[in-house]
Amino acid sequence: MDEKVTITINGKPYRVDLDQTIMEAADSCGYHIPRLCYHPKLSIEGACRVCIVEVEGMKNYIASCAYPLFDGMKIHTNTKEIRQARRDIVELLLDNHPEDCHVCERDGNCELQRLAYAMGIRHRHFAGERKHYHKDLSSTSVIRDPDKCILCGRCVRMCTEIQGVNALGQANRGFNTVVMPAYDMPFAESVCTTCGQCINVCPTASFVEKNHTQELFAKLNDDSLVKVAQIAPSVRAAIGEGFGLPPGKNMEGQTVAALRKLGFNYVFDTQFSADLTILEEASEFLERVQEKGKLPMITSCSSAWMKYMEQFYPDLIENISTCKSPMSMGSAIIKTHFAEQIKVDPKNIVSVAIMCCTAKKYEARRPELMVNGMQATDIVAVTREIVWMIKSAGIDFLNIKPEEFDSPMGMSSGAGTIFGVTGGVMEAALRTAYELYTGETLVDIELSSIRGFDGIKVGSITMDGKEIRVAVANGLGNAHNLLEIVRKDPERYHFIEIMGCPGGCIGGGGQPYAAANSIPLDTGCLKARAEALYSNDRKKTIRRSHDNPEIQRLYKEFLGRPLSKKSHELLHTHYKPHEPRGIASRKIRAI
Amino acid sequence: MEVVEKDKKQELKEFIDSVKNKEHGDSYLIAVLHKAQGLYGYLSREVMDTIAQEMQIPTAHIWGVATFYHYFNLTPPGKHVVSVCLGTACYVKGAPQILEAIRNELKIDFGQITEDKMFSLQIARCLGACGVAPVVMIDDKIHGEMTPQKVVDVINQYRKAEKKQ
Repeated sequence: MDEKVTITINGKPYRVDLDQTIMEAADSCGYHIPRLCYHPKLSIEGACRVCIVEVEGMKNYIASCAYPLFDGMKIHTNTKEIRQARRDIVELLLDNHPEDCHVCERDGNCELQRLAYAMGIRHRHFAGERKHYHKDLSSTSVIRDPDKCILCGRCVRMCTEIQGVNALGQANRGFNTVVMPAYDMPFAESVCTTCGQCINVCPTASFVEKNHTQELFAKLNDDSLVKVAQIAPSVRAAIGEGFGLPPGKNMEGQTVAALRKLGFNYVFDTQFSADLTILEEASEFLERVQEKGKLPMITSCSSAWMKYMEQFYPDLIENISTCKSPMSMGSAIIKTHFAEQIKVDPKNIVSVAIMCCTAKKYEARRPELMVNGMQATDIVAVTREIVWMIKSAGIDFLNIKPEEFDSPMGMSSGAGTIFGVTGGVMEAALRTAYELYTGETLVDIELSSIRGFDGIKVGSITMDGKEIRVAVANGLGNAHNLLEIVRKDPERYHFIEIMGCPGGCIGGGGQPYAAANSIPLDTGCLKARAEALYSNDRKKTIRRSHDNPEIQRLYKEFLGRPLSKKSHELLHTHYKPHEPRGIASRKIRAI
Repeated sequence: MEVVEKDKKQELKEFIDSVKNKEHGDSYLIAVLHKAQGLYGYLSREVMDTIAQEMQIPTAHIWGVATFYHYFNLTPPGKHVVSVCLGTACYVKGAPQILEAIRNELKIDFGQITEDKMFSLQIARCLGACGVAPVVMIDDKIHGEMTPQKVVDVINQYRKAEKKQ
């Protein structure tokens, strides 16, 4: 395992672990070999050939991502010939790529663009036949544009290996190869869960979110409307990256201030509705435990997970919590109680959710979530869109004076904050469930066993002598692995949290693109975003959802108590099996 | 007719059952697709959905395989399948002109079917009849030493035969 070998890179000797590829060894020695189709969390594809190196004694150039080391290997990464060959490869990729960088969604954020620059490509030498396809605009959340695709296959591997959804494959062959759903069907009709991870890993603009910024600008300019925003926890932990900050800066106050400058009349916090969700969800869980309801109960906050469940695990519908997500709970309150409070017809309220998540665009349109015949969440804008809007409106985000959320839906507990990280919903729910069940306060509220980025985490807590066993999965592939255990052994866990994206909402499909020197979904980046939320939790004096005085007031003035008739009307929903029925991948990589 | 459809479905299912639990069961996908095409003449979405469920292989993957290989038809074939050999020998002996003549006559391209559902057109890569190149195969019958005129005559013979019936 830890056998060492001596290799030379560009004439310099290095002692490195044998058990790695040329690319990994070069990385560890400080040589970043250019690359495109490679992603450390996905299987090796070797499709793009950008990472070729010269190895002495070998006839051909070697794709360094896919070739193992041997003792005495003499590697050259930067000779005149290899630079030329690599440049030719990228030029040939560009030849079949539109020349429209200046009007492209990813201008300035594109790996292909950066690569072309780094290769020193300053002219287009090849001019061959170019593919032309229609964009698939059918999805509520994700746009697919085959013209921008360079066939690196990262999206297909992400969808297959990490998410286990298999919405995408490569169809046809050679020049005619296209990444598409089965039968070339519209995205909206496929098994796609709208999680947006294809957008995260795409090096170009072949996948982008369905953009709602123009619609939102139009609403913001309409004086007859009351514009209400809510912000998901994970947005504040990542939005700074869109302005060049390193990951992990909590930009809550700046985001609130910027949204006011954009024209919102009220800026609320989805963390408030997360606290509300916890009151409902913890109560629902205890009801199931005490009245022998269906267990394990599985969380329902993640929109991509909901669609996945309806397509892949309809047999588990009864296990799913009936609670709406925090976004939809918040919107339901905005369009009812809040509208009454400010004496505005809810029809004149635009409820806008700023989310880390492309699937929330899908969730917003689910007919079951309508409130009094109205769509509760009118517009969902993801972090990237709001970054662009702030820049486009000329708001100096980095130097803006932080502001506080509006009342009454602006106050949140630490439990509401950690909703954005894998394990956070469970931790928040247990903080409240424990107290509701035992009547005592949970002393050690940081549940370390369900923190961190393992794909599946398990833990347990004892409430009045009763052991409650819990499990947490992040990423739909891990969810699949966990649910296969549940199908075989339904008694093993009482309570399960699932978040559709790697790392939870902080790794959502709407978060800022990876920085130039980073890779999408880099674990260090996810950890920094998570820490931004955990440290915020530690700083708060109120760390349990039921201690949030604004939540207590909402129940007193409006809802009555958790699981009341009114709660059921506004805060709970139902699910049904969804076609097409999904088939989980057998290629899921356990993380 | 219904009975026949049921038999086909049963035969396909039996074939899948015989391979799917073998070592590397997934790798029999191509064999299963061949079997399905043999039974139905082409791969319909319904058939691919059935295969996906029976083999537990995602449809996006099956679609990738079915579209990769030219041999698989994704649309129903015509009553007569016209295969134009574009192998090397046929090619140098004038297959492109033969093909052009067929396209003009039938007004269809590869993978398509005529409006009257009589003919469909596909490419062949060497039919092993290079001695009589250029060659066109209609259903199972080889027509050798074709010219653009002759191939139209052959097509017309098939049309005449159909009219008589």
